[in-house]
Formats: sequence, C-alpha cells, structure tokens
Amino acid sequence: MNQPSLSSGSRNVQMARSMCWHCQSEVAGEYFCERCVKVQPVSKETDYFTCLGLPRRLTIDPALLEAKYYERSRAFHPDFYLNKTEAEQAISLDNAATLNTAYRTLRDPVQRAEYLLDLEAGSAKTIRTSPPADLFEEILDLQDTLDAYRAGDHSSETGRQLRARLEAERGALERRQAEMEDELQKLFVEWDALQDRGEADDPSRMERDRLLRRIREILSNRTYVKNIVNDLVETIG
Amino acid sequence: MARIVGIDLGTTNSLVAYMDKGVPRVIPGADGRPMVPSVVAMTDHGLLVGDEAKEHLLRSPDRTVYSIKRFMGKGLADVQSELAYFPYTLTEQGGVIRITLNGKTYSPPQISAMILKELKQRAEAYLEEEITKAVITVPAYFNDSQRQATKDAGLIAGLEVLRIINEPTAASLAYGLQEKTQGTIAVYDFGGGTFDISILKLKQGIFEVLATNGDTHLGGDDIDRRIADLLLDEIRSAYGLDLGPSPDYMQVLRLEAERAKIRLSDELKTLLTVELPDGRGRFTRELTRDQLESLVADLIERTLAPCRSALKDAGLTPQQIDEVVLVGGSTRMPLVRRRVQELFGKQPHCHLNPDEVVALGAAVQADILSGGTTDMLLLDVTPLSLGIETMGGVMSCLIPRNTTIPANAKEMFTTYVDGQTGVDIHILQGERELAKDNRSLARFRLKVPPLPAGVPRIEVTFLIDANGILHVTAKDMRTGRQQSIEVKPSYGLSETEVERMIEESFKFAKEDVASRKLIEARLDAGSLLAATEKSLSEGGHLVPDDVRTAVRAAVSALASAKEGDDVRTIRTRMAELEQTAKPLSVALMDDSLKRGLEGKKLSDVT
Ligand SMILES: Nc1ncnc2c1ncn2[C@@H]1O[C@H](COP(=O)(O)OP(=O)(O)OP(=O)(O)O)[C@@H](O)[C@H]1O
Ligand SMILES: [Mg+2]
Repeated sequence: MNQPSLSSGSRNVQMARSMCWHCQSEVAGEYFCERCVKVQPVSKETDYFTCLGLPRRLTIDPALLEAKYYERSRAFHPDFYLNKTEAEQAISLDNAATLNTAYRTLRDPVQRAEYLLDLEAGSAKTIRTSPPADLFEEILDLQDTLDAYRAGDHSSETGRQLRARLEAERGALERRQAEMEDELQKLFVEWDALQDRGEADDPSRMERDRLLRRIREILSNRTYVKNIVNDLVETIG
Repeated sequence: MARIVGIDLGTTNSLVAYMDKGVPRVIPGADGRPMVPSVVAMTDHGLLVGDEAKEHLLRSPDRTVYSIKRFMGKGLADVQSELAYFPYTLTEQGGVIRITLNGKTYSPPQISAMILKELKQRAEAYLEEEITKAVITVPAYFNDSQRQATKDAGLIAGLEVLRIINEPTAASLAYGLQEKTQGTIAVYDFGGGTFDISILKLKQGIFEVLATNGDTHLGGDDIDRRIADLLLDEIRSAYGLDLGPSPDYMQVLRLEAERAKIRLSDELKTLLTVELPDGRGRFTRELTRDQLESLVADLIERTLAPCRSALKDAGLTPQQIDEVVLVGGSTRMPLVRRRVQELFGKQPHCHLNPDEVVALGAAVQADILSGGTTDMLLLDVTPLSLGIETMGGVMSCLIPRNTTIPANAKEMFTTYVDGQTGVDIHILQGERELAKDNRSLARFRLKVPPLPAGVPRIEVTFLIDANGILHVTAKDMRTGRQQSIEVKPSYGLSETEVERMIEESFKFAKEDVASRKLIEARLDAGSLLAATEKSLSEGGHLVPDDVRTAVRAAVSALASAKEGDDVRTIRTRMAELEQTAKPLSVALMDDSLKRGLEGKKLSDVT
C-alpha cells in the first residue's frame, strides 16, 4: 500500500494553525476560511482520523464514520466547485481524494489498526515480517502436504488420507483465525480505554507499548494464516 | 452559469437531455423522436447523421459508419476478430484506429464528434440557445483511454465536457430522483455494444457506488452477429453461396437479424427473409424464440460473471440487493430478464424507459454541476486497478479497482545507477499479475538530476479525477520543484492531434454552414421561380405589359444568379423578383377573390 508516509513518529499530530491560502487570515483546522469562505486544503500532516473528524480510536461506529464521510464529501466533492476558481477546484480535488483514502482505510478494522500502528509507532518497516517459529513450522509442514496432495492421485488411498489431513488442518486454522479476531477486538477495546484515560505516566506508557506490540504481532500472524487458508480453500474447496 | 446538457453517446443510439425545472427531459428531434441512431454516412451530398445515415447502411456500406463506440480508445489489434463485420478500411496510426471513408481518414473520436454535433444542434434548435457544455456518459467499465477518447470527441464537436459519467450510475440518478429509494440497488445495463453492472448504496441523496464490473465488448451487436452468422452458414450450404466477403450482404444479414431479434422479444416465432444477389431468389427461415435463446445463451451467461464479481467486491449477497434496475435495449429480451431475476432472486425494476434513463441521468448530473440540484451527490468508483510496471514485468498496483474517485496515490522514485538522468515509467490498468496481460495506458520518462544512485527522490502523484481520467504529476523532493511530464498515451490521440481535429472540425463547420446556406438559397430560388411562372401563366393577362416584361426580366436575373454560388446575390435577386411581381400577385388575389364570391353566389342560388 502506498499510504502517504507520516514521518511524525509517535508525536501526536495536532491540526496545525495556519494561514488561509487566499486571504492570509488565520485558520485553525476548519475546512473553510472564516473570513473569505474559501475551501482550505487538508494539510499533509492531518491524519485520517482528524480528516474525518473522529478521535484516534480502534473501535469506530460504522454509521458515524459513514455519516462523517458523507458530510465531508458534500463539503469537498469537485462536483460542487465547477463555478469556483481553478485554485479552489484543485484543492477540492485533492481534499476529496484524501478524504476517500481516509474513509477506505478507516472503514476496514484491520486496515484501520495497521494505519494506527503506523501513526503511533513509526513506519511500517519495523513490523516483523517473519512469523513466530511455531506458526512458521506449521505452515511449512502444511505446504508440503498441500504439494503432495496436488501432485498425487486424489482418488487413491493416500490422496484420501492427505485430503482428510488438510481438512482437519483447515478446521484448526479457521478456529485460530477466529481466536485472533477475538483477541484483536479485545486489544482494540483495551487500547481505546487507555486512550480515553489519557494518562502519561510510566505504567500507562508501558501498557501502551505492550498493546501496540501485541496488536502488531497478531496482525502479521493473521496475514500468514489467511494466506495459507486461502491456499487450502483453493485446493480442497 | 451557461446551460449544461446531458448526452448518452450510445453504441447504437444517442440522446441528449436537459433539466427543466427539476425534471430531466429528453430533447426530441424534428420528427419528435429523441433517439438519434449512432450512424454517420459520408454521402456525395455531404455528411448525414442519424436516421438518414442509417438508410445508407445498405446503400453505401463502405461509407457509412455504425457502432463507432466499439473502436473508441482502441488499437487495431483489439478489434481484429470483428473486422469482417466492418465494410470500410481500417488502419492504425499512433495506437489509434483510423477509418478511411471517401479517401479521407478519420479517428473514432472524430466520427463520434459528428454524432455529438448533431445532438448539440438539436439541443440548440430546441432550447433556442447556444450549447457549449455537456456531461457525456460512458460505460462504467471503460478504461482511461476510452474515457479520454470520449472527452476528445466532445472537444472536437465544440463541447466542453464538464464530466464523463458512467452509464449505470447516470441511470441510478434518474431512478433515484424519481423513486426516492433508499438502500442498495444493482443497475444491469445491457446495450448495443457494452455490458455494465454497478452496485450502489442510496442514502440521503448520496449515491455511493460500491462496485462496478462489466464487459466493454458485449452487447446486442454480438447477438445480431450470432443470428447473421447462422444465416450466412445456411445460405452457404443451401445455395453454395458465400456472402461473407460481401460487405453489402453482411449488412443485409445483420439488419435482418436485428429486426428478427427485436420481434422475438414480443413474439414466439418470426420469419427472416433475405433477397439473394444475382436473381438467386429469396432465402427465408423461421426462427423461434427458443432457438434464438439457445443460440445466444452463452452471451447472456457472460453477463452474469461480472455481476457476481461486483457483488463480491461490494461485500453483498444477491439477497441484500433491494432493487434491480434494467437499462439498455438488450434488457428487453425475455431471456435476459429471466437470467437476471434468477441471479438476484427478485423481479427486476423496469418502469423507467430503458432507452432514455441514461440520458436523463446525465441531465441530472449536469444540473448538479451547474448548482441547480444541491441535495444529490454521486460518489463513483474507478472500474479497473491502476498500476505501474515494475522489475520483471510485474504490475504493481497503486489504486485498486472500485476505489472511490477522485483517488490518488503517491510513489517515490529514485535511480539505480550513478548519474542516471531518467526513469521510464509505464502505466497500466487491469487486474492481472503481469504487465503484459494488462492494458497499457501510457508511458513517460521522469527527468532526474544526475546524482549518485539512490540520491534523487522524485515523488510521482497519480490522480484519478471524478471523470475516471488519470493525471500524473511529479515533484523533485530535494528541490521541492514540480516537474512537468509529457505522458504519451498508448491508445490515444496526442494533444496536438486533438487540437488539429478541433480546428478542422471548425473549418468544416464553416464550410458546412456556407454550403447549407447556398443549397437552401438555391432551393428557395427554385420554388420562387416556379411559383412566379405559375402566376404568369395564370394571371399574366391581368397586369399591364410593362409589369409582365419587368417580371420576366427579374425571373431571368434570378435564374442566372441561381446558377452561381453567391448566396447574397441569389437572395437579392429573389427580393427584387418578389418586389417586381407584387402587382401580379395582387391582381391574382383580387381575381380569385372575385371568382370566389361569384362561386358563392352561384352555390347560394342552387
Ligand atoms: N425489443 C428488443 N429486444 C431485444 N433487443 C433490443 C430490443 N430493442 C432494442 N434492442 C437492442 O438494444 C440495443 C440498443 O440498445 P441501447 O440503445 O440501449 O444501446 P446503446 O445505448 O446504443 O449502447 P451502449 O449502451 O452499449 O453503448 C441494440 O442492440 C438493439 O438491437
Ligand atoms: Mg447505453
């Protein structure tokens, strides 16, 4: 994915105070200048949560998210800027594109969590790319079985045995997926609660890091499991 | 703001519509019908468009173009399989198909522009004002090149194309305006040349497209060909006669096939008749609806896979679709309705006129753009994934299909070799892994300052605007300077070529107007001369000699002016003749009045 890189690290990005591009009066995050009513560009520093007017939380009410998205679409969409100056048209186009990306990212809980990890803990590069050893072993094993099944005669005795094994594995993996989803949900709730408390002492900082690490771990394992389950479904239907 | 009209530029039929106090209406032509067949004929007497051109499909097939939309944004290789059905010479230049008619070469946007101009003139005559702005519809599954070609056609026709909007979503606007529905709808649009499916969510005036899919090369035309091919085979085996190489007869078969197909939407069987060449007699054949259905079942079947994909991308099951809306002439086929009903498990909605609903929706969108309608907003998506070719010929996706537009993606580029001064970028559209299996959109070369490898940082922004058309900009991150890039389209006209075509079209328009005025003047002069001769013979005796002589002189003056090609002179001589002949017409009038009275008296007596 090519989300604009947010280099701000763990620093909380606040809506910057800036000047209206048109009349130079001060604007503080509104989308229209109070003085000249010109549309303002969504700043590059604005994160997707702010862009949609939502707090930086992992649990978001989909209806609220949609309502915010529709409201801002009505404010930014190029359809409503045809009679305006070229500068305003360009801003509306950029803003609408950013808004659409923001909505697309936040609408999906997993993409939302991945995005928030980026925001909170720096660039995606630090996310570990290899699965934990036990999962790794399991996946390698399974891939061998899959290969053997694909190459062999499906109606033979061995074929039937392999298939039975794959089906069992698939069941186990799907249970594991469900567990991961459950744990993610719990972690999301814990994270939001921690944010709501807004404490900045050492224990909450440690708790914060623990949660981020765990969420990241599950997200990456989840991808591995998802891929192998897809392979399984493709092969044995 | 000046008025914006909505145009449905169809494969088979085109229409123009406008918004009349909150109600979209199609604009009828002089004959009262709104549909203009998308046919263009270059006759010896000039250009014909629409119904008149359609008559030339049989008379001069090699100079009459139909279904030009199938060629928009395409190269010759793309249409190789159907060349047999097109009786004119096709070539390719700069990735764009060229059609040679009467020794002159045209690109598909130029032909489309002729249809657009006809619609523009219709709208101008009807609304009594100049029309320079339009919203034009395209199939939702049109790629970037096809959209750009449509925009070019508008420019060449002298129209500023304020928006390219997708046909099924346009239909949903007209539908939503009328039915005030909320919920999810599926628009199934099966026309003459293309098939589209769009799944939308309608809520509080927002029309959010969730997914779209389709086939830009599947429509009623393909059904006609199936029937035509059947006739071709049967005539071959019954008479040993191969009509395949004869473009005239291919048109005969095609048109007969279409008529039979349309009849079979209402009837259970029909008779096809073809007059054979060289007095070989007449071929007739009965075709039943059942036979037609088994002949084309696979074509209808091909529309269902895109429907399933769109549902999957929208994350919905068929049961979750509240309403299915049918658009396009081919949805009148009972088989199509059955298959759609089976897939979605509900009766499709067809209260709206499937021929007009797209144009009506375009008019609604035009009204939104001009600020008339403020409570509706369409959020459409890009139908195909956009990406660039990376090492090893793989496509790396930048903007996935079904992303809401406008959409953008930024990508950072650098160099691999010290002092490298350029990076070549190849833009693609499609869903396949490998670059070569996707559609090439354009190439461009990024200029890079000569620096050690890896040091330059050029950020390229790919922006798909609300028309679904791509714009590329680049910025040198070290200097912060914007770089202009020249994108070379793979299947499109260059900017200079479009400009030349606009100029040419203006020149032609002037010539057209001039020659039309001359023709009209000559016609008027002709009827005035005939009328005057008639008056002279009927009432010459009623006026003095000198009047008769003067009229005779004026008649011969006009007759010789009519032979020349100066409109002014003709009109002046006409005025002079009318003036000179006034005593004659007055005398005739008096005379007939008198006789009328006499007649009356007579009849009163009897
Ligand atoms: N009663 C009918 N039964 C079957 N087919 C019909 C009927 N009426 C029209 N058609 C077919 O519908 C097609 C034209 O439909 P329509 O006018 O919607 O297409 P279009 O808008 O020109 O094409 P497209 O949208 O694909 O560019 C033609 O192929 C025509 O033969
Ligand atoms: Mg159509």
